Amino acid sequence: MFPELNNLLNTTPDRAEQGKLTLLCDAKTDGSFLVHHFLSFYLKANCKVCFVALIQSFSHYNIVGQKLGVNLTMARERGQLVFLEGLKSAVDVFFQAQEKPHPLQFLREASAGNLKPLFEFVRVALKPVDSGAAGWTYPVLLVDDLSVLLSLGLGAVAVLDFIHYCRATLCWELKGNVVVLVHDSGDVEDEENDILLNGLSHQSHLILRAEGLATGFCRDVHGQLRILWRRPSQSTSQRDQSLTYQYKIQDRSVSFFAKGMSPAVL
Amino acid sequence: MTLSEGARAGTRKLEMLDSLLALGGLVLLRDSVEWEGRSLLKALVKKSALCGEQVHILGCEVSEEEFREGFDSDINNRLVYHDFFRDPLNWSKTGEALPGGPLGALRAMCKRTDLGPVTIALDSLSWLLLHLPCATLCQTLHAVSYQDSCPPGDGSPVGKVHVLGLLHEELHGPGPMGALSSLAQTEVTLGGTMGQASARILCRRPQQHPTDQTQWFSILPDFSLHLQEGPSKEFQPQSDPHIPLVDPMAHLTFNLHLSKKEREARDSLTLPFQFSSEKQEALLRPRPSQATSHIFYEPDAYDDLDQEDPDDDLDI
Repeated sequence: MFPELNNLLNTTPDRAEQGKLTLLCDAKTDGSFLVHHFLSFYLKANCKVCFVALIQSFSHYNIVGQKLGVNLTMARERGQLVFLEGLKSAVDVFFQAQEKPHPLQFLREASAGNLKPLFEFVRVALKPVDSGAAGWTYPVLLVDDLSVLLSLGLGAVAVLDFIHYCRATLCWELKGNVVVLVHDSGDVEDEENDILLNGLSHQSHLILRAEGLATGFCRDVHGQLRILWRRPSQSTSQRDQSLTYQYKIQDRSVSFFAKGMSPAVL
Repeated sequence: MTLSEGARAGTRKLEMLDSLLALGGLVLLRDSVEWEGRSLLKALVKKSALCGEQVHILGCEVSEEEFREGFDSDINNRLVYHDFFRDPLNWSKTGEALPGGPLGALRAMCKRTDLGPVTIALDSLSWLLLHLPCATLCQTLHAVSYQDSCPPGDGSPVGKVHVLGLLHEELHGPGPMGALSSLAQTEVTLGGTMGQASARILCRRPQQHPTDQTQWFSILPDFSLHLQEGPSKEFQPQSDPHIPLVDPMAHLTFNLHLSKKEREARDSLTLPFQFSSEKQEALLRPRPSQATSHIFYEPDAYDDLDQEDPDDDLDI
């Protein structure tokens, strides 16, 4: 969790908004620091988190999590974190006999073409339990990242449907949150990815867009972050809805500053 | 704002919503990620409900609660929400899925319209377009929006039908967009500059030239429309690339370009830091005046100098 980013978004783990879809998007840079931020943010907020990790292994997220002050192994053991490790379980789809559909069943059945098993997995993982012992505040789904699903052969509409159901179940029914990362292919013409990105943009309440600098790589400024709030236009003046900051990723934190105001430049 | 200006703004406000609803048929609201159109859709729904029309909403993108939020109970009572948000593909198997899907619901709505004017809001058309073949959707839309022009089977008069379709522009290629545009009577494209929302309204009246106008507006928390003056001209060049920009070189206090003569003069000048053989010789040659130098001293006119005790000012 990066306190500076919390300040920019005007939120803390104690008083985060509920029922929201947050879209993380990266173009010409790596936006995974945003995923790590939200993972540690919601674990600290005492939420029940389902993390669909299709990009990295559990140990990778665990190492970064430890730097940010959360222990994923412990969170998983006490049932706060449900971790779907895509890299490992993709193999299980092929080599293990399953009595019930695997979350990534679409890898095996090209004809299915939908993500219903994955949604079922999320729904079961985040279903509120009556035992009351754990007492997690609200459910959160994190996906890193959705563009991989397109590369694995799914259509944009199938992925949009999956998020639609997650939104209907988590954001609306259970008053939880959904955070997803999508890459922006930018200049490369990728029609499916554009549909996915724009479709999600229209559904999301908050868009965080990390962009590489137009001028190229720089040692002291790693990129810029655009924050776009998609509230209905009346609740705030339009001018405040979009902000742009530049950032530098450090070992355990990220520092944000106004455009052109890097300490290294001044 | 003076009273007369307020009244004028009031009539113009009516004009904008009225002109959108005047024609009937399909009204396309084309929005983008930065300029969302659901608020305008809700403003139009409110307007129709206040006129006493029955309003059907085909909700595929937001929950019923979220759509009804901000309306008072009077208006909410007139809204019929067809919920395709919770379980549009029947994954949850709650049994609440409406038979026939969204198109079936649309067709059912047009059968019910024999009572009076009806407004059907599609939230959103983009969702339908992503899930249904474009041709089927267009045929259904055409059947629904123009049913007042064909005589109904039982001979009873059919009221005017408004179909309001929210369409997210970025999601669709030129083909489906063109098909829907040609079907629409009125097209509203949302945009804006400098934090100010604008709507470009293209109306196609039968047997008339299409009209094209731009309105600047904001939508108040109760979903009524507030028309505004557009941003002043100097902020508009972003919105229209064809307006020539002001020449930034017009009123400079210095020259950006040199004439040929000036350039020659500049090239022939020796700058102080340039070292040449003449300069070297001049520096090495001993100067004749160096031996006999003088010091000129002129006392300050107001200096209080005491001739008898020159050290007076030292205060010993």
